[in-house]
Amino acid sequence: MIEVSHCDLRYNQAKSQVKVYDNFNLKIEQGESLVLIGPSGCGKSTLLYLLSGLMPPTGGEIQIWGEPVKGTRQKTAFILQEYGLFPWLNVEQNVSLGLRVRHMTKGKYKVLVEDMIQKMGLGEVKHNFPSQLSGGQRQRVALARALTLQPDLLLMDEPLSALDALTRERLQTLLLEIWQEQQLTTVLVTHSIEEAVFLGSRILVLLDGRPTQVVGEILNPLVGQRGYRQTEEFFRKTSYVRSLLERGGLDESAK
Amino acid sequence: MNLRSRILRGKFWGYIGAAIFLVVLWQYAAWSLKNPLLPTPKAAILATARLFEADLGRHFWVSTYRVVLSTLTALLVGLPLGLIMGFERSIDRFLAPLVYITYPIPKIVFLPLILLFLGLGDASKIFLITFIVFFQILVTTRDAVRRVQSETISSLRSLGGNRAQVYRYVLLPASLPDVLTSLRLSMGTAIAVLFFAESFATTEGLGYFIMDSWSRAAPDEMFAGIIMMALLGVGLFIVVDFFDNILCRWQHLKGN
Repeated sequence: MIEVSHCDLRYNQAKSQVKVYDNFNLKIEQGESLVLIGPSGCGKSTLLYLLSGLMPPTGGEIQIWGEPVKGTRQKTAFILQEYGLFPWLNVEQNVSLGLRVRHMTKGKYKVLVEDMIQKMGLGEVKHNFPSQLSGGQRQRVALARALTLQPDLLLMDEPLSALDALTRERLQTLLLEIWQEQQLTTVLVTHSIEEAVFLGSRILVLLDGRPTQVVGEILNPLVGQRGYRQTEEFFRKTSYVRSLLERGGLDESAK
Repeated sequence: MNLRSRILRGKFWGYIGAAIFLVVLWQYAAWSLKNPLLPTPKAAILATARLFEADLGRHFWVSTYRVVLSTLTALLVGLPLGLIMGFERSIDRFLAPLVYITYPIPKIVFLPLILLFLGLGDASKIFLITFIVFFQILVTTRDAVRRVQSETISSLRSLGGNRAQVYRYVLLPASLPDVLTSLRLSMGTAIAVLFFAESFATTEGLGYFIMDSWSRAAPDEMFAGIIMMALLGVGLFIVVDFFDNILCRWQHLKGN
């Protein structure tokens, strides 16, 4: 289990103290696909940074499988907004970077990387640089790089927000497959209500405010079922999430 | 690949065309001025060929070696220091004021002092050029590192990268295009400083050769020196371009 207990995050700004998180608690079960949804600036991304260990909380503790988080973990993969690809590395080098950083020898990582590139359908562009790829391809590279690390926790910050509708749906399905296939614990931040209901086995609705508040928690047990997107239940869940967000004051453009 | 070689061939003919244009302009100027101080291109090229075997080649070599060694030294010191100053705020806070005060001082005014301490040989010239180029590389690298987005660094750290790996995999490649641009600009400065440093109290180098021919009133020989100086500059430019094409290929792709 992942446990965020009594976490505080504060910083000083022009003589006053801003509380982003104040005594925040959250539990995530192994194999869960948790989606965080809420208006811009509500602290969703910050929560990912806290979970990844890139940003330490100013108070409280975060434990992952019983181990307190102190800095980045080997088994946590984090896909940042805008994919976090390195423009000076080609697809192959980007995908293998995580392994190279971990001092794996070329002989060992070459096969792993090649397999992942094929699996993600990037074989034809593996020598291309990020600037030569489409948005969907870039996202696949980011996914491939995260998955080669064989993570037990995958964090994603608005991974599909910059994509066109069709590519987006295709990648949502891919994410769902990966989650189901590997029983991977994932935490995903999104602006899209449909995406939240399509991908999250549990959805947390966060409210803009200092500190961040959880205004709703929706269990979504039917996630991953064939044709879920077309069911009445799916529609009911999206309407519910929408109503929670409207109460919280989500701006129109973000819907 | 085909496109690449076509572009390269186009570039090559562009350079040839530009060279021919300059020679024609020179020829025209020599004809219209009719002044013995400005020899025709033919006279200058013949002098170059004649003198190269004698001692012009040696002077060329000495100058090349001085400017290359100084630039490399400046790069070896300026690049790491620039990376560190750009990334480590605490070190930058301490060093930045020092750089800001010393950067605008024309370092060339220290030449007499440098000659006094390092003597008339290679050391003083190499030191002076290194000193000047070093500052340009330092400031460019530092500013380039500062422009690296924190997300890019977070991305590497989230992959498990430590501090040293942030330098190796993010800061160095991100600043390299700017470093090469500043290196290209520094080449002009380096050669100008080289000429100045070689033009007195020495008996070796193209600067000496040019000033010596001038004082002996041998304009064709002087122009032979100028041609070699120009070739040195162009040659160094091509070397930097070569590294730019290999190391920063991602910068030159369609869509960038």
